[in-house]
Amino acid sequence: MTTALLIATGIILIVAVLALVYRIINLVGIAKEDSNKVTFSNKINGALFPILLVVGLGLIYWSYNDASQYFLPEAASIHGKETDALFNITLGVVFAAFVVTHLLLFTFPFFFQYSEKRKADFYPHNDKLEIAWTAVPAIVMAVLVIFGWRAWADITAPASDSALQVELMGKQFAWEIRYPGKDLKLGKYDVANIDNTNSMGIDFDDVNANDDFMAREIVLPVGKEVELKIRAIDVIHSVFLPHFRVKMDAVPGMPTRFKFTPSITTSEMRTKTNNPKFNYELACTEVCGYGHFGMRRIVKIVSQAEYDEWLMKQKSWLEKNPDYMATWEAKKAEKDAVAQAR
Amino acid sequence: MSSVVLDVEHNDVHSHDDHHEHHGNFWTNYVFSYDHKVIAKQYLISGILWAIIGGGLSLLFRIQLGFPEANLEWLRPLLGDWITESGKMDTTFYLAAVTMHGTIMVFFVLTAGLSGTFSNFLIPLQIGARDMASGFMNMLSYWLFALASVIMLASLFTSTGPASGGWVIYPPLSALPQAVSGSGIGMTLWLVSMVFFIASSLLGSINYISTVINLRTAGMSFAKMPLTIWSFFITAVIGILSFPVLFAAALLLVFDRSFGTSFYLSDIYIQGELLEHSGGSPILFQHLFWFLGHPEVYIVLLPALGLTSEVISTNSRKPIFGYRAMIGSMLGIAFLSFIVWAHHMFVSGMNPFLGTIFMFLTLIIAVPSAVKAFNYITTLFRGNIVFTPAMLFSIGLVSLFISGGVTGIILGNSALDIQLHDTYFVVAHFHLVMGSAAFFGMMAGVYHWFPKMFGKMMNSGLGYVHFWLTFLGAYMVFFPMHYIGIAGFPRRYYSFTNFDAFSTFADLNAFISIAAIVTVTGQFIFIFNFFWSMFRGKNAPLNPWGSNTLEWTTPRKPGHGNWPGALPIVYRWPYDYSKPDADKDGFGDFIPQDVPLSKTMESNTDEERVLAQLDSDLQKLGEEREKNPFI
Repeated sequence: MTTALLIATGIILIVAVLALVYRIINLVGIAKEDSNKVTFSNKINGALFPILLVVGLGLIYWSYNDASQYFLPEAASIHGKETDALFNITLGVVFAAFVVTHLLLFTFPFFFQYSEKRKADFYPHNDKLEIAWTAVPAIVMAVLVIFGWRAWADITAPASDSALQVELMGKQFAWEIRYPGKDLKLGKYDVANIDNTNSMGIDFDDVNANDDFMAREIVLPVGKEVELKIRAIDVIHSVFLPHFRVKMDAVPGMPTRFKFTPSITTSEMRTKTNNPKFNYELACTEVCGYGHFGMRRIVKIVSQAEYDEWLMKQKSWLEKNPDYMATWEAKKAEKDAVAQAR
Repeated sequence: MSSVVLDVEHNDVHSHDDHHEHHGNFWTNYVFSYDHKVIAKQYLISGILWAIIGGGLSLLFRIQLGFPEANLEWLRPLLGDWITESGKMDTTFYLAAVTMHGTIMVFFVLTAGLSGTFSNFLIPLQIGARDMASGFMNMLSYWLFALASVIMLASLFTSTGPASGGWVIYPPLSALPQAVSGSGIGMTLWLVSMVFFIASSLLGSINYISTVINLRTAGMSFAKMPLTIWSFFITAVIGILSFPVLFAAALLLVFDRSFGTSFYLSDIYIQGELLEHSGGSPILFQHLFWFLGHPEVYIVLLPALGLTSEVISTNSRKPIFGYRAMIGSMLGIAFLSFIVWAHHMFVSGMNPFLGTIFMFLTLIIAVPSAVKAFNYITTLFRGNIVFTPAMLFSIGLVSLFISGGVTGIILGNSALDIQLHDTYFVVAHFHLVMGSAAFFGMMAGVYHWFPKMFGKMMNSGLGYVHFWLTFLGAYMVFFPMHYIGIAGFPRRYYSFTNFDAFSTFADLNAFISIAAIVTVTGQFIFIFNFFWSMFRGKNAPLNPWGSNTLEWTTPRKPGHGNWPGALPIVYRWPYDYSKPDADKDGFGDFIPQDVPLSKTMESNTDEERVLAQLDSDLQKLGEEREKNPFI
């Protein structure tokens, strides 16, 4: 990348020198009182466009090859692989459009630069041509819409009943993670229940909440459909799991969800990337305040056996906070008293 | 307000107050002027000043992003306490800088500075009117903008800092003063400033629309209007239909912030406190915001495309290809711009079915956009191209419009947007298609119409240097952003070093920052050229570019009223360049709009010959009737 930096800086300097050269030529033209005439600078400008085209396409080819090694590795979810394929097809289509249009846009200035001996064509319209280049993009767009719609419909379809539910709650500036216990059902919550201990506002009147547990990391079994239940308690955050191609806003007062199926374990990805320290990560992509950039959590994708083993070791929130139910009951009684007094 | 007299014979609206203007003092001539040309210059100078501030802010946050470990103590004289004791940029200042850069560039530079300047300057001149429909409203429009500017500027100096929730000011971040320091007085000033800005914009737009509809000179039918005027007209319509929605959104936000309502707020627990808001939805704000926010893209872009159409046609010495298709595509883009807003919200949690609909509508907008790009390219085909700085910037615009536009096809696809939303891919996309393209359109406009604005020529050599530096710079800054976007880099991050996934492109980030510093610094070439040429430039010829439109039929420095005598009459469309046999009619490669068809019988098209013959016959009949009333 340092090489890239040097090359690009060099190109800027070369272009600046070229520009200065025809600045001088232009000044010579002024000195000759020739300013109304189209000067030699016209030729230089006309030539710079195709030069830029060749150099630019070369740079794009080289830089893409160089940079692509740093792109996100192979998608680690089933739908991610599909969207990556769709992305590559779409990128191919738009890059072709980009190249064809720029081929014309940057060579016409060279071929049709000003000449006193020539007159431009009077060519105001061509209905057939215009219909053609209206129809072609329309057809291409229609095809892309169909593929996109099918992928979108799959991704946003409801999760199956057997999906593993995990709750993610965004707050300034951290993620809270809650798993259902053995009953596989997440208990209810209410922001009104939040206090120094019960940071997610879990509602312990709901029996489903009794075995729920909170975790510091997201641990998921490979090949198992996961439904993320997403919420926030202060401002909008956004759940971003880049390797799984997962993103969904966490909105106060409006729970959202996203389902996906992890397809590559952390250890497999460590082998693929040849990076023993590799970890999947959870980030926030909706600006939420000064600590926005620090909302990181580790995501571990493990085999089903490893997941079961991890699950066995987890203690429910109530087991970790044995005194809390007394506090809960006291707060409840206080609330009831206030309600009765009203 | 001044009284207005309609001179039917000359289709001439003339204000009595105009006479006072001719002999007015400094304040009425240069400060509170009713003259559309003076107001245009006021917008332009204000836009340049705002661009310096907005561009400067971008340099500050690019320094942070490019060199996150650098000691920035040297910035303390400029930023004071925004540089922490450890010599780092304060994280809250970073967010404020990003927010204000977006706000300033979108609204104060590319909306007011671009559309305000050229709509004001060109509408009366190109349609053959003395001035705008209401000079007073026009003056008021600028001064409301100036007031908005002062308030927004003041917000930069408040103790808690300017607004810092992104230029989209999504609540609850913008609604809760305790959420982020800039959500206090800074956010209040942002909202107050926008109220004045919207009022200014609406007054301006009403004036543009009424002027175009009512004050076109004789013969200037809609079918003969330059594409610049079409673009300003359509832009004004978009503004009138969309800005009030932002106004409503901002008003409800003020209520939530200050009066305890819950339009956008629900279930908030923040800073250890449970707030009593319930039943609101932050998503409602997003819908309202983007109902303006997306058309705003075209409020910024369409005038630039209009200016470019004029410049490319003039300097290719060819008619713009597909004039009617260009108008149709602008109308299509304008219509579609109102029904694609939710593509900004694919992952906001809205109903996925809406995502399907908005993906479909969004990708349709690529069709009229493609038509425009192809038409520009075909206009160059077999042209006789003169590379003025304006022409270079126009070709640059088409390139950026294509480059940024094609990535929009990727982002408009909801399934792909999941990965790319709120990453640098989006930043790259809109900075190319909207930011840079509109900026290039603005530059093309300034270089092309500077002679008419100031009666002087700008220095072409400096213009060339400015163009190539800016063109390469724009690509070097924004093209690599696609790469880091594909890698998933989220936007508005203060630092990427916390994440393994995002820390791989440190060198590329540094490269982007260096390119940005070079490019922004290079803009001082333009600023020098602009002010130097204004005072020291060579006197401009009456029609330096050999253009057909009516503004070039005015004196070198037109006074208030634009034309000293009767208004010109229009006989033809504005793109009669290089007509076959024009030489035989005594014209070179252009025939101005005010040349009657009867004077160019050799070079007329078949249809025009019929019209010219009819005109000629009617003229003869009239003359004979004058002699003999019984015919």
